[in-house]
Amino acid sequence: MAKIGVIGDATSVLGFKAFGLEAFACDTPQEAAHILHRIAGEGYGIIYITERLCKDMSRELEAYVRQRTPAIIPIPGVDGNFGVGIAGVKKSVERAVGADILFGGDDE
Amino acid sequence: MDRLNVNPTRMVLTNLKKQLRVAVRGHKLMKDKRDELMKRFLDLARENKKLREEVEASLTEVYQSFSIASAVMTPAMMEEALMYPKQSVKLTVGNRNIMSVDVPVFDFHTETAGTESDNIYPYGFANTSGELDTAIRKLSDIFPQMLKLAAMEKEAAMLSDEIEKTRRRVNALEYVKIPRFQETIRYITMKLDENERGNQTRLMKVKDMMVQDAVQEKRERSEEAYAEYAARG
Repeated sequence: MAKIGVIGDATSVLGFKAFGLEAFACDTPQEAAHILHRIAGEGYGIIYITERLCKDMSRELEAYVRQRTPAIIPIPGVDGNFGVGIAGVKKSVERAVGADILFGGDDE
Repeated sequence: MDRLNVNPTRMVLTNLKKQLRVAVRGHKLMKDKRDELMKRFLDLARENKKLREEVEASLTEVYQSFSIASAVMTPAMMEEALMYPKQSVKLTVGNRNIMSVDVPVFDFHTETAGTESDNIYPYGFANTSGELDTAIRKLSDIFPQMLKLAAMEKEAAMLSDEIEKTRRRVNALEYVKIPRFQETIRYITMKLDENERGNQTRLMKVKDMMVQDAVQEKRERSEEAYAEYAARG
């Protein structure tokens, strides 16, 4: 039985906490990375991280890409959408195909 | 293309031919795997992009609802209302095998404390506003989609990883291993043929020499016989 975690600034994670997910509030990518490494081994199946934190954590997140769990998914926070999530999808397409063939132009 | 550093013997040749057969077969299989993975991945990525856009849009809406709620209520009240969650979400992680890539399948159910199961709000209605209810309701509505997104994104990431690996293997076989085997086989075959020809020539030469010796001997003997006959004569 796995848990679902949410890492983000206090305002963003408030709602998720009410819904019953495990919320971790923090403000800097360093803190977030620290929390992530701590909880990654504790049986979390999915960890959502707000994009504002995610965009400076790509190096920390790299380690989890090849693992089956946890799935680390960027979500927009209250402070808006930074395009990190879409960039992730784009990146995996580029890696698989060798070129970006799905997003050509239509999101620029 | 440089050839392998082996001795040009018949045994090595046989082994190499066997290895080449395996390599060609492996190459074909890998190529098929890559194509199939690619086919699935492209569909998945397209779907993934659509779903992500949807989820991002609805999450923005949720945050808007929350900020409206927090405008009506004081932060302290809001904090208090949401401090102790009533539901807990349990996630089951299953397994799905796509072309020998193990991808996770997520399934969740919520457990609500208390008796009324459709009451998901962790607070009483006295001190909170209706906007907060809307916000939480919206969040719980989009949650299944968020879960689907998580599974899909993980699957896409793992598939793309596998595709990259498979592509590298295909290329290594196609452009390095197989040509190298072919080159080495050609080299050994030529070397063996050359040896064979050398041997043939040597045999012919030896035979020539033997024939000459025999002729010489015969001639000597008949000369001897003639000399004997002349002496008697």
